[in-house]
Amino acid sequence: MPGESDLILEMRDISKEFPGVKALDGVSLSVRRGEIHAICGENGAGKSTLMKVLSGVHPHGTYTGEIFYNGALATFANIRNSEHAGIVIIHQELALIPELSIMENIFLGNEVRGRFGVDWTATRQKAKELMARVGLQDEPDTVIKTIGVGKQQLVEIAKAISKDVKLLILDEPTAALNETDSAHLLELIREFKSHGMTCIMISHKLNEIAAIADSITIIRDGKSVETINVPEGERVDEDRLIRGMVGRELTSRYPDHTPTIGEVLFEVKDWTIRHPEITDRLVCKGSSFTIRRGEIVGFAGLMGAGRTELARSLFGKSYGVYQKGQIFLDGKEVAPKNVEQAIELGIAYVTEDRKVLGLNLLDDIRTTIVSAELHQISPSGVVDRNAEFAAAEKYRRELRIKTPTVNEGVVKLSGGNQQKVVVAKWLFTEPEVLILDEPTRGIDVGAKYEMYGIMNALADQGKAIMMISSELPELLGTCDRIYTVSQGAITGCLDVADATQESLMRLMTLIPNTTLNAA
Amino acid sequence: MEALKNLFGGSLRQFGMLFVLVALAIFFHLMTGGLVITPTNLMNLLNGNSYILVLAIGMVMVIVVGHIDLSVGSVAAFVGIVVAIAMRDWGIPWWAGILLGLALGAVCGAIQGVFVAYVGIPGFIVTLAGYMFFRGANQFVGKSLTVPVPKDFQYLGNGYLPEWGPNTGMNNSTLLLGLVAIAVLIFMQLQQRQALIKIKADVPPFWVTMVRIGLIVIVGGWLTWMFGTGRPGSSFPVPGLILVLLVILYSFVTGRMVTGRHIYAVGGNRLAAELSGVNTKKVYFLVMLNMSVLSAFAGMMFVGRSTASGPFDGVGWELDAIAAVFIGGAAVSGGVGTVVGSMIGGLVMAVLNNGLQLMSAGSDVTQMIKGVVLLVAVALDVWQKNQGRASITGMFTRSKEITTTTPTETALIEDQVANPGELR
Repeated sequence: MPGESDLILEMRDISKEFPGVKALDGVSLSVRRGEIHAICGENGAGKSTLMKVLSGVHPHGTYTGEIFYNGALATFANIRNSEHAGIVIIHQELALIPELSIMENIFLGNEVRGRFGVDWTATRQKAKELMARVGLQDEPDTVIKTIGVGKQQLVEIAKAISKDVKLLILDEPTAALNETDSAHLLELIREFKSHGMTCIMISHKLNEIAAIADSITIIRDGKSVETINVPEGERVDEDRLIRGMVGRELTSRYPDHTPTIGEVLFEVKDWTIRHPEITDRLVCKGSSFTIRRGEIVGFAGLMGAGRTELARSLFGKSYGVYQKGQIFLDGKEVAPKNVEQAIELGIAYVTEDRKVLGLNLLDDIRTTIVSAELHQISPSGVVDRNAEFAAAEKYRRELRIKTPTVNEGVVKLSGGNQQKVVVAKWLFTEPEVLILDEPTRGIDVGAKYEMYGIMNALADQGKAIMMISSELPELLGTCDRIYTVSQGAITGCLDVADATQESLMRLMTLIPNTTLNAA
Repeated sequence: MEALKNLFGGSLRQFGMLFVLVALAIFFHLMTGGLVITPTNLMNLLNGNSYILVLAIGMVMVIVVGHIDLSVGSVAAFVGIVVAIAMRDWGIPWWAGILLGLALGAVCGAIQGVFVAYVGIPGFIVTLAGYMFFRGANQFVGKSLTVPVPKDFQYLGNGYLPEWGPNTGMNNSTLLLGLVAIAVLIFMQLQQRQALIKIKADVPPFWVTMVRIGLIVIVGGWLTWMFGTGRPGSSFPVPGLILVLLVILYSFVTGRMVTGRHIYAVGGNRLAAELSGVNTKKVYFLVMLNMSVLSAFAGMMFVGRSTASGPFDGVGWELDAIAAVFIGGAAVSGGVGTVVGSMIGGLVMAVLNNGLQLMSAGSDVTQMIKGVVLLVAVALDVWQKNQGRASITGMFTRSKEITTTTPTETALIEDQVANPGELR
C-alpha cells in the first residue's frame, strides 16, 4: 500500500465556469499512486468536466485552481500534452474508427514508422502484444465494426497502454457492456493496478465501484462532497454513496407500488422474426407472452439476446423480416405494418439509446414532445402551435421536466430530463401498450426513482408496460412479472415474488431447445 | 444586446447575415457613388437573381434532409428548351407552357426521387447523373440551338405590374402591394402577441412589439417607395413577386406544417424520425421531387428574362444555390437551415456580384471574392460550433460532438444548434 504522501495527482480547488453555469466550484481531488480511484456523482454533477480539465480538453488558463501531477504543477494546453505526460482518458463514447482494423485503431495517430511510411510487420507484432495484455484473442486486422462493444472497449484500453500510460481515466467504461464483459473489464483494471498503474474511474454503477475502488470521491453540484478511503478487503456501503450523491436519504431505490392488474391487454403468439440481412438467422424464435392491464412486465436477457429486436419488430415491424406470429390487443388480432400504424393502435416504444434513436438533438422540447403524433394537433396539415405549447407544458409539469421553458433545445437537458422528454413524446400518443427499452440507462439515481414513479402511475392508469432492462435489481424492484430471453427465445417467466437475480441469470443463460430454422 | 435579442427573437446568427447584407449594400452604394440603392438597380438585382433564389428555396430543403441536388441547372435548362419548343412549334399558349414545364419538372424530380428514396442511392450521385443526363437532353432536344419564347412568356422573367388609377407619383400596383404587405405584417405581430398572452407564455415587453411595428412601417414603406418610383412603366418586378409568394408559401410549409416538421426531423436524426412514425422515404422523395419542380420554375423564369432558351442555360446554378443555402446558415450534416436564411444568403451573393460589377470589377475578381465570402461564412459557422467541442470524437462527426458533451457544457453550443423553432 503506497503511503499517503505519494500522490500521483492532486487537483486543488478547481473551478470552471461556462457562460451562465458554474460547472465546477472548488473541487479538490487527490489520487494516490497505484490506486483505483472512483469518482461518482449524479449526471451533470461535473465529473466529466473535471476529467476534461485534467486531460487538457479545457486547457490551462480556462479554469482556476491548480493541478499537481507527479509533484509538479501541470499546465496542459491540449490532450497531446497530457498524453505525453502519461494521462490517457477513455471516453464513454468510444473513439474508434469502425472501418479500420484493430491494429490500425490501436496505433492511430501514433503509427509505427518504418523506412517507407508505416511498418506493418512491427505494427502487427506490437498490436499482438498489447492485445494479449488486455486479453483480446482476435486477429489484429479484424475490422472494428465486426467485433462487439465489449471487445471495442478492450481495444480502447490497448490503445491507451500503447501510449505508456501512467494515469488511466475511464469514463463510464461499463455503461454499454453486459455483465460478463463488465466483469472482465474490471478484472483487467485490477490487473493493471497490480502492475502499478493508477486508474481514475467514473461510474454510475455503484456495485462496481464498491467492488473495485480503493478510494472514492463524491461530487455533487460541481463541488467535491467527500473522499472515502476504503480499507483493504472491505466494501464501501452503497447507501452511503447514494446519500452523498443525491444529498439526501433515499429510503428506497424503488417506490412502493401495489399493482391493480386487470385483463390481458397485449398478447403475442409465436412471434418469429429473422435478421434483416442474414437470411438463415432467426432473432426471435417463436416468442409468446402476455401483458395484462396495470402490469409491468420485465424482459431480462444478456446483451444480444434479442430483446430490443423483439420490441422493435412488434413496434410496426421496424426491425427484421417478419416470418410468422400474431399480436392481439384486447383480444383482437392486429397487424401493424409500419410505425405509424403501431402508434395508431396505441403501441409506443421508448427506444433504448435516446441520443441515437430517441431524440433529434437539434430540436427543442416542445416540438419533440408532439413529434410522434403531430396529426393530433395539426388539422389539415398545419401544426397548431398553441396546442403544441399546451401539450408540452402539460407534460413538463406532469413529468417534472427541469427546464426554464419548453422552448429550450433538448440538447441542453441532462440525461434524466432528456429521457423524460422521450417518455413525454410517447405519452402524447396516448398509448395503451408502452414498451420501455432500457429506460433508466445513463441517468442518475434520483431520475431513476422518478422514472419508476412514472411507470407505476401509467400502470395504475390501466396501461400494459413492457420493460426491457439489463439491470436485474431494477427489474426485480419494479416489475410484477419477468420473462427471460436467451438467444432469441423466451426461456422462462417468473413472478417477481419468486424471482431472484440467480434464478433469472440461470434462465437468461439457458440455451433454448427450439430447433426452429428459417424455412 | 439583451434588447436586440428581445427584438429579433434570439437567433442572432441569422440577423448577423442580414446585417452583413445591409452593410454590403451600403458599402457598394458609397463606393460606386450612389449606383447600388436605386430603384432601377434594385429591380435589376431582383430580376437577375430571383431564379437562383427560387432554386435556393428547394435546395435548403434538400440540404436539411441531408442530401444535395446537383441537377438543378440541367433540369432547368432541359425544361426551358422543351417549353420553348412546345410554344414555338405546337403553338401552345404561355400558361400551357408553364404547366407543361412544371409537369416535366415533376417527372424529372420523381425519377431522381425514386432513386434517392426507394433505391437508396445518395442524392449527390443520383443528381450528378441527372446533371449530366439533363444537360445532354437539353442539347439533344434543342439541337444545341437557341429557341426564342413569345412575349407573354417573357413576362415571367422581366415583367412589371400594370399602372392604373389616380396619379400618386408612384406605381399604384406597387403602392397597393406595399400597403397590403405592411398591414398584414402588423396584423401578424399583434396576433402573435395575443396568442402568447392566451397561452400564458413569456410575452415580450410591449415596446418590443411597438418597435417591431415601427421597423415594419419604415422598411416596408421605404421599399415600396424605392420600387414604386422607378422609371415610368416599371414597378415591383414580376419575378420578385413570384419569389416573395414562393418564400411565403415554403416558409409556411417548412415552419408550420407537418411536412416541414418531418423534413427537419429526418434531417436531424433519421433513425429517431423513423421510430416516431415518419415515413422517411416519402420525405426524401417529396423533397427531391419538389426541388426539380422549382428548378423547372426557375428555368422558365430565366428563359423569360433572356427571351430565349439556349444550350448553356443554367450552367453553374446548382453551385450558386448551394452557396446561398450555406451562407444562409444551413449545416452540411443536415437538420439545420431555413428558407428565409437561404434567401438572405442568396442576396448577399447577389449584392456582391452586382456591387462589384458596378465598380467595374472583372468576373475574375468577382469570382475570387465570392469564393472567399462563402468560405468565411461557413468557417465562422464551423468555428462557432467548435467552441463547444468537448472531446476528440467531436472532430470526427458533429452529432458525436453533441452526444459527448455534458449538460452543463451544452450551454456553450447553444448558439450553434440555434433553436430550430425560431429558425424555421
